[in-house]
Amino acid sequence: MSQPQPTTIMDETTPTLQTAEITSMQVAAPIASDKAARLNAPTIIDIDKVDFHYGQNKALHGINFPIKEKLVTAFIGPSGCGKSTLLRCLNRMNDLVDGARIGAGSIKISGVDIYDPNVDVIELRKRVGMVFQKSNPFPKSIYENVVYGLRLQGVKDKTRLDETVERSLRGAALWEEVRDRLHTSALGLSGGQQQRLCIARAIAVEPEIILMDEPCSALDPIATVKVEELIHELKQDYTIVIVTHNMQQAGRCSDITAFFYMGKLIEIDSTEKIFTNPGQKQTEDYISGRFG
Amino acid sequence: MDLTRKLRWRTIFSRGMDGLVGLLTLAALVPLVSVLYMVIRKGAGNFRWSMLWELPPAAGVEGGGFGNALVGTLILVGIGTLASLPIGVLTAIFLTEYSLGSKSARIIRFCAKILSGLPSILAGVFIFGVLVATTRQFSVIAGGLALGILMLPIIILATEEALLRVPRFLREASLALGANRTQTVLFITLPAAGPAIITGVMLAVARAAGETAPIIFTALFTSYWIHSLTEPTASMSVLIYNFASVPYDNMVNMAWTASFVLVLVVLVTNIVSHFVVNRSK
Repeated sequence: MSQPQPTTIMDETTPTLQTAEITSMQVAAPIASDKAARLNAPTIIDIDKVDFHYGQNKALHGINFPIKEKLVTAFIGPSGCGKSTLLRCLNRMNDLVDGARIGAGSIKISGVDIYDPNVDVIELRKRVGMVFQKSNPFPKSIYENVVYGLRLQGVKDKTRLDETVERSLRGAALWEEVRDRLHTSALGLSGGQQQRLCIARAIAVEPEIILMDEPCSALDPIATVKVEELIHELKQDYTIVIVTHNMQQAGRCSDITAFFYMGKLIEIDSTEKIFTNPGQKQTEDYISGRFG
Repeated sequence: MDLTRKLRWRTIFSRGMDGLVGLLTLAALVPLVSVLYMVIRKGAGNFRWSMLWELPPAAGVEGGGFGNALVGTLILVGIGTLASLPIGVLTAIFLTEYSLGSKSARIIRFCAKILSGLPSILAGVFIFGVLVATTRQFSVIAGGLALGILMLPIIILATEEALLRVPRFLREASLALGANRTQTVLFITLPAAGPAIITGVMLAVARAAGETAPIIFTALFTSYWIHSLTEPTASMSVLIYNFASVPYDNMVNMAWTASFVLVLVVLVTNIVSHFVVNRSK
């Protein structure tokens, strides 16, 4: 977390100091200078010609692209374009929807086909964490929210649980705000704090990938800035895939942007390229707000 | 612009409907309030503490109480709850968490609704046929199970309602953290639905505590203390039924007092459970 990263406003301070005050409404510049090198990062998720169906409806058509390790990949596109569907394919949350199935193609994470019948979905979801659109803390204490994943795995060691709580809350830039009230209800936190708690809960089980489904859409601008800064911090350690309706957000916090329309991938490239010089007319129209 | 009030047909109609709604609300309250009023007026005055631990009087004798009936009712309702609560809650969990929208779920839900409209005497006749006629023995267990049959649909439907109201995003959050379905139900869904489930159970308890017909066929009545679960027992509702129809003033008055105590017991159980639920939140 201490590695210098000139693109965020938080770099001069340590994470623990950042959290106490809202430092500024200033937002991060989108593009890092070492961009080119980083875009050649190894592939962690390989989405290979995926068709996806909800019953009779085909929601995704031949989606085919890799997601790079320890980068932030943003999915953008109008409502119903399939970006959330694709995100939910990556940890098989779509399994919960009746009639939802992959029709063709495969999704491999670190080389393993996650739709293989031998794959343990529980194990997959431990490695691929998820943060939802609406902050959804459990109606339990802050502490119990963070350790939920560990308790599921049968961890009882108090020291380890305590350490995880502090590490995760620090990681989610929430520790300083809640350290004195860990055992009070999580529902007493503000919306932005709740969403960061959900991020802490996700990183407590030490996933490799974190999926974020419009994590800031229910937050006010100040809380949004905090979560975006957090995303910058988190990509040191995690691969992040974020679905967003907010074009500026995709521009601010992602390295790679994928634009979807009508269940098809229209274009994927470095965020810089997508936002300054997109290759497709549709992408340009969408980004510039002339869509439709 | 003329904004003065004018008497128009639609205004008159609206006023009339307002009045009608108020009137009908009052009419609905009349039976409730008058029943409570009668029970308190006729029952509370004759109350003596010793009634809670004395046996019913013989015909024409003064004094006595309904201790055995109170204990009997508590045990009958207890057995009914023990029998119906696990089955009811597990059925509701099956309906909402394991087979939501499936054909089997629709059939089970339909059956539960039919069962909730079952005339209570049929529950008694059913248990009479299954347990009493076969063992040739009226018993506490038979009475409790008859009450359990009446409580079951109330618990199923209330628990199902409570579980459905637990937001989907809580289940998703749990599953996304690597929980399986059982863990999600145990740690997230059931605790979140807990207060509403308990309210449903209390409704079922209140209904069962006042039932007479299913008990006459199963637990019968006795003037003595309860000794074993395989013998008949007294109960408040049957005692009220028996004593209300005899020509002895002492017994008739005791029926009123027993009604008063029964209402109090149900009320107190409700208040206590609400208190417990609110504290645990």
